[in-house]
Amino acid sequence: MITLKVIVVVAVAAAVLSTAFAVASQSFVDFLATAQDAELRKNTIGGHTAGYGLHETSGDVLDPASSSSNTASDEVAIDPDTYLRSFNYGRVSNLTNGSTVREFTLVADDRQTMEISPGVFYNVWTFNGTIPGPTLRATEGDLIRINFINNGTKPHSIHTHGIHKAGMDGVFETINPHGRFVYEFYAEAFGVFPYHCHVTPLEEHISRGLYGVYIVDPKTPRPEADEMVMIMNGFDTDFDTENNFYSVNTIPYYYMHHPIEIEEGKLVRVYLVNMLEFDQINNFHLHGNLYQLYRSGTSMAPDEYTDMVTMSQGERAILEFNYKYPGQYMFHAHKTEFAEKGWMGLFVVKDPTQTGGSDGSDSSSTRLLETKTISGDVGT
Amino acid sequence: MEKDEIHRRSTASSSSSSSSLQPRWFASAKMVAIALVPLAVLAAMIAFIFGPGQQFLGTGTPLPEISIERIEFQEGGRIIAYIRNTGPIDVTVAQADVNDRILPAAIEPSKELPRLVEAKVIIPFPWNEGEPYEIGVTSSDGTRFSKGVNAAAPAATPDIEQAAFFGLIGTYVGIIPVLAGLLWLPFIKRLSLQKYRFFLSLTAGLLVFLGIDALVEGSEIAAESVAGVFNGQILIVLVAILSFLVLMYASTKLGQRSKGRTATTTAEEEEEKVDKLSAYDDSIHASQAKKTLDQQQQQQQQQQQQQQQQQHHLVVVKPVAMALMISIGIGLHNFGEGLAIGASVVLGEIALSTFLIVGFMIHNTTEGLAIVSPLAKTKVRRMIGKIIIMGLIAGIPTIIGTWIGGFVYSPVAAIIFLSIGAGAIFQVVFLIYQGMAKEETERGGKIMSDASIIAGFAAGMLIMYVTGLMI
Repeated sequence: MITLKVIVVVAVAAAVLSTAFAVASQSFVDFLATAQDAELRKNTIGGHTAGYGLHETSGDVLDPASSSSNTASDEVAIDPDTYLRSFNYGRVSNLTNGSTVREFTLVADDRQTMEISPGVFYNVWTFNGTIPGPTLRATEGDLIRINFINNGTKPHSIHTHGIHKAGMDGVFETINPHGRFVYEFYAEAFGVFPYHCHVTPLEEHISRGLYGVYIVDPKTPRPEADEMVMIMNGFDTDFDTENNFYSVNTIPYYYMHHPIEIEEGKLVRVYLVNMLEFDQINNFHLHGNLYQLYRSGTSMAPDEYTDMVTMSQGERAILEFNYKYPGQYMFHAHKTEFAEKGWMGLFVVKDPTQTGGSDGSDSSSTRLLETKTISGDVGT
Repeated sequence: MEKDEIHRRSTASSSSSSSSLQPRWFASAKMVAIALVPLAVLAAMIAFIFGPGQQFLGTGTPLPEISIERIEFQEGGRIIAYIRNTGPIDVTVAQADVNDRILPAAIEPSKELPRLVEAKVIIPFPWNEGEPYEIGVTSSDGTRFSKGVNAAAPAATPDIEQAAFFGLIGTYVGIIPVLAGLLWLPFIKRLSLQKYRFFLSLTAGLLVFLGIDALVEGSEIAAESVAGVFNGQILIVLVAILSFLVLMYASTKLGQRSKGRTATTTAEEEEEKVDKLSAYDDSIHASQAKKTLDQQQQQQQQQQQQQQQQQHHLVVVKPVAMALMISIGIGLHNFGEGLAIGASVVLGEIALSTFLIVGFMIHNTTEGLAIVSPLAKTKVRRMIGKIIIMGLIAGIPTIIGTWIGGFVYSPVAAIIFLSIGAGAIFQVVFLIYQGMAKEETERGGKIMSDASIIAGFAAGMLIMYVTGLMI
């Protein structure tokens, strides 16, 4: 029976060894991973919606909805705060007949990799190094001159919506790498328009970021307002012809942690353009308010008084509204999927009589958001 | 202890032969130097490739790959995903999502994942039990990796209650059926030789089915949950072969030892004397054990002689040892089965219905038959305890498997256990047929022309297949 005993010993040894292996295979790599991170950091994550549990972690937080990244600003595809209220009127000169000439320079590039969502870097194609490209603005009847330089590795062009000659349409005259072209046309009909590259594959040239907003003001200007540009866009970072990220002005959730400050009672005018690729329908829903909707911005009379506008790619509108009450109000796509992949933001309506000189630093507004986060129900 | 002895003896003899010409250290240093030459060349090549050669060889774009190995749904609204960087480059995790909707999440220990390192992604999320979910993580280049779960089920927390629940399942599925199957022993003992051979072969059929089952199961796990970098399928074959070889070696050694002890008996004689041997009193062995040191040296000398004389001799393992080996093989298989059950409960892949448990019970009862079959020609009166222990060796791993599968499931460990089990099972099958083939050759026949053996084997596999339909 010594045989039997030896077999039992072998069996037990095998069992112990294999169990040890199982445990080791599980914990050895864990050990490797934790060894790098000895010092204990504590961060808390929680949903921006109450009811999600809170979690305290010694690791990293992945939360694009409540923080922007630490990336250097020149690596980010856009600074949405700056872009929001920037209008490029061009270098102004006059023709002999007295009409205004506005000269712009747009440089296309397709070689950069930039951050388009916190922590996500993507090969972007840009006009003047940003997505969206600069907002071009003119008055009806001005002569527009766009010096286009292709600094990229592929042919590109600029196709501007509006009224112009066939040769200025940017469709048949594609500009090869290192090529130049001057687009010249009169700013005709007033309204809000997109401009974008029109080289095939069009889907790629647009979804990679070659687009921007072009505004033509009527000769009699619209009333004074707090004006801003919002371009609804998205990115398909894994090339499955479905967007991974949605937003206004490129960076998902940006205006959630950097709410847009507006004044109570003051007229706000949003130039809204939908450049979203792959998805047919996008929309803009405003909380706690309704807006006057000027479809395409081509009329001085509003089309509708609403809190919802639905647009296909290339459609655009001017929205005008003012807030009656102070506080935080959301705006987002009323296509929840888009909203939950980044297309949401906040207006902070300030009472100008109370906050006086408050220029509302980012930190104060984000703190406002954080106090809400703590209302989650679970600890540890 | 014995192995040490052998080792020392063998090294001593080899060194004495080589020390005759040169100093020993010189010879070994020379050997080491010769062995290191190719490695030195290799090291130089690697240094070249990482250094100046980088520009010539740096072609192609390595793509990141993240595997989500396990997803846990915790009470209180929290989803945990265990992810591993299984790609060729380091990755940084940028975002996490549930059902493709970006959510705030924590990643521990860090969002930077070096190659093959694991991390834990914690997503607070009010999930609903029984509903399907897809968990995704997006790397810093925007690639999203995801894994679906068919039905969310609360994670098994390793508390006593859960452990007891798994223990209960393991008992029903593993221990009770196997022990019940052992009760076939009196039936087996009353069979004629021809019928006995049928049942022994039936056992082999059962075992082959279990072995194939383990390999297929392992292959499925490898395909579903083990990242390509681990070469899951190759690992299965490798481990199964190694397990087979190691056990083959062990059983051959054991056979030689038993022969050494009864130095004068040949293998055939021993087989005939099996009854007597198995009736040996334990006290005899105890006294033998004390003497083993002296005996071992004798034995080894005897063995060496025997090996020279009997190299043509096939070593036949005793029935009790055979039964024990079968029970170990089945134990490993049941361990894998337990892993699968535990993991399935945790992953929400199966609801453990009573029907399923009954299916496992019927299926596993045949395993008891497999254990007792070799004991048919053995006196068992004094061995009841041993037989029960063998049943437990086969059955208890089911419980351990459910615990490990439920609490610390690792797909790589799972396929390793399944492969060890498969190798063990095939080795036992080999032994069974080796034994029968020897008998046949002695009688002048051939094993493959024996109808009862062929029929038994076929019946064994069919029984397993049919009872397997219930699972």
